[in-house]
Amino acid sequence: MIAPKHQDKDVVIRIRNLRNQFGSHIVHEDLDLDVYRGEVLGVVGGSGTGKSVLLRSICGLQTPKAGEIDVLGTNVLTASDDQRTALERRWGVMFQDGALFSSLNVRENIEVPMRHVEGLDPRLRAQMADLKVSLAGLPYLAGDKFPSELSGGMRKRAGLARALALDPEILFLDEPTAGLDPIGASAFDILIRQLSKSMGLTVFLVTHDLDTLHATCDRVAVLAERKVLVSGTMQELLDVDHPWVHEYFHGPRARAAMDAIAAMKGE
Amino acid sequence: MTISQIDIRQTDGTTQVALQGSFSLATLTPLVRALAQATANGPVTVNLAAVTRLDTSAAWAIITAQTQTSASNLTIENPSEETKTILGAVSRAMPKPDTARPKPLTLKDRLDRIGRTMAASATFMIELLGYFGLFLDRIVRSIRHPSDFRFTALVHHCHEVGVKAVPIVALMSFLIGVVLAFQGSTQLRQFGAEVFVVDLIAVSILRELGILLTAIIVAGRTASAFTAAIGSMKMREEIDAMRTLGIDVAGALFVPRILALLLMLPILGLIANIAGLVGGGLMAWIDLGISPGMFQTRLIENTGIWHLLVGMIKAPFFALIIGIVGCHAGMQVGSNAESLGQKTSSSVVTAIFAVIVTDAIFSIFFAQVGV
Repeated sequence: MIAPKHQDKDVVIRIRNLRNQFGSHIVHEDLDLDVYRGEVLGVVGGSGTGKSVLLRSICGLQTPKAGEIDVLGTNVLTASDDQRTALERRWGVMFQDGALFSSLNVRENIEVPMRHVEGLDPRLRAQMADLKVSLAGLPYLAGDKFPSELSGGMRKRAGLARALALDPEILFLDEPTAGLDPIGASAFDILIRQLSKSMGLTVFLVTHDLDTLHATCDRVAVLAERKVLVSGTMQELLDVDHPWVHEYFHGPRARAAMDAIAAMKGE
Repeated sequence: MTISQIDIRQTDGTTQVALQGSFSLATLTPLVRALAQATANGPVTVNLAAVTRLDTSAAWAIITAQTQTSASNLTIENPSEETKTILGAVSRAMPKPDTARPKPLTLKDRLDRIGRTMAASATFMIELLGYFGLFLDRIVRSIRHPSDFRFTALVHHCHEVGVKAVPIVALMSFLIGVVLAFQGSTQLRQFGAEVFVVDLIAVSILRELGILLTAIIVAGRTASAFTAAIGSMKMREEIDAMRTLGIDVAGALFVPRILALLLMLPILGLIANIAGLVGGGLMAWIDLGISPGMFQTRLIENTGIWHLLVGMIKAPFFALIIGIVGCHAGMQVGSNAESLGQKTSSSVVTAIFAVIVTDAIFSIFFAQVGV
């Protein structure tokens, strides 16, 4: 385990002794994790290690069997309904395929969370939605389109725009680059990086994509053996001895990704 | 939440706008209003020294105010590093509206729209006919190659369409029989012709109501089920997968469903007839004292076999209409959940409407041929 070096930093998500269980199948046990303000944390792990379950537990979509989850100083599991609502407006979640409401166009989708803001003029709200469309790197006219008329990459961007609707402090991304072509994926990586820096976002992203880890993440947490096995910067993880971690970060794909990043930085 | 405050002060020709605290969507409307007011009278400086948090919406408001007045008229003072990055990011991402305005509707557009609607309904009829042809073709093919026929699916759908519909169909028909007997007896009693209530019940149930109401209920529960099942398969690309695997969609999905309806609807109609007669007989017994034995004798003596046949002949036609409309609507479902719901409800409406129209046509036909 790498010693935490971030003690002086502000912790926005604190997970202690988390236990998730489906029937007799234990997904997480004694899982601890800290996420610091302003960082981009990538969560990796093999299939079935409960990356998405972890994300869902933090967002309150899945009630864990035991443990504590604090987000922005609020205990997610014991919070009252009002506290939860207040908290939900301070985070944004982007689901794997955008999870856009199919009966609304993109602009209306982004306006959905804004409808709760009191005293916001509908005309201004539409303009704000246009701004989010543009921030997510979509063309202006995409706002009038329905989710079914968008490509996979555009749906993800629209999902991101909706997650950003209320200018959240924390952004949760579930497999942001899955199913995108390499060009679209790396553009998305850059977008996430830019947004997190310019808007001061804390990003919690679950991914399989080694390029994303290299290009966007400040820190990476590895889920294995039912808990966060190690966490640290990419450099630190490259030196970890655990067989799975070593295989993951030194496999042929990992080397290719690393070479690509090195080549990019060398230019 | 920190409180936000906007101070507007006039000093030698320029308007000083000092922002203080945290600015987000919730404070956007007053901020936009204040900036609009300030920029209306001459040059403005916006002082951001006391801002704790500025989100993209507030940045948008400031930049919009800046672009709307000429650039030199609005200066931003003392932004913190964070604020500067946000302002930078937002000004790079300012939406550029495309000024393609919708044109007003002309007479030509309206005519065009009417024409398209007419053409679409003609196409719809042709497509339904096409599905009927497809069904017949696959039936013939199954007779030639009986091994291709999906017998298990047929049995499954017979269970879904037929057996599971028995309680609701029987109950409904029973109640209709009760109502008919009750209403008929109050009217007929005035002429002392109570005993004709048996003929009334028998003729109306056997000729019309039994099969028509069964068809309407089946249209409601089965056409929608067909559309929803096939539609969701279409939505999740299962239909495309079947095609690429060389599975005949019509043979696998349409034939068992439509054939099940074709087999089950006459049986359901017969059950409805019996339940209707039982209901009517029971009410006649209670209300008019016509004993079951007397009811039976009168029923057999006065009701010709054609009354029953007229009803039952219609059953297969109704079954075909319901099945084809349901399957066709399922295949029209697009890739979103919205269209699934829309097609499901439109398939029910179309099926019921078509059943009633067909029934009317049959009434005229049977009146002409005199049965």
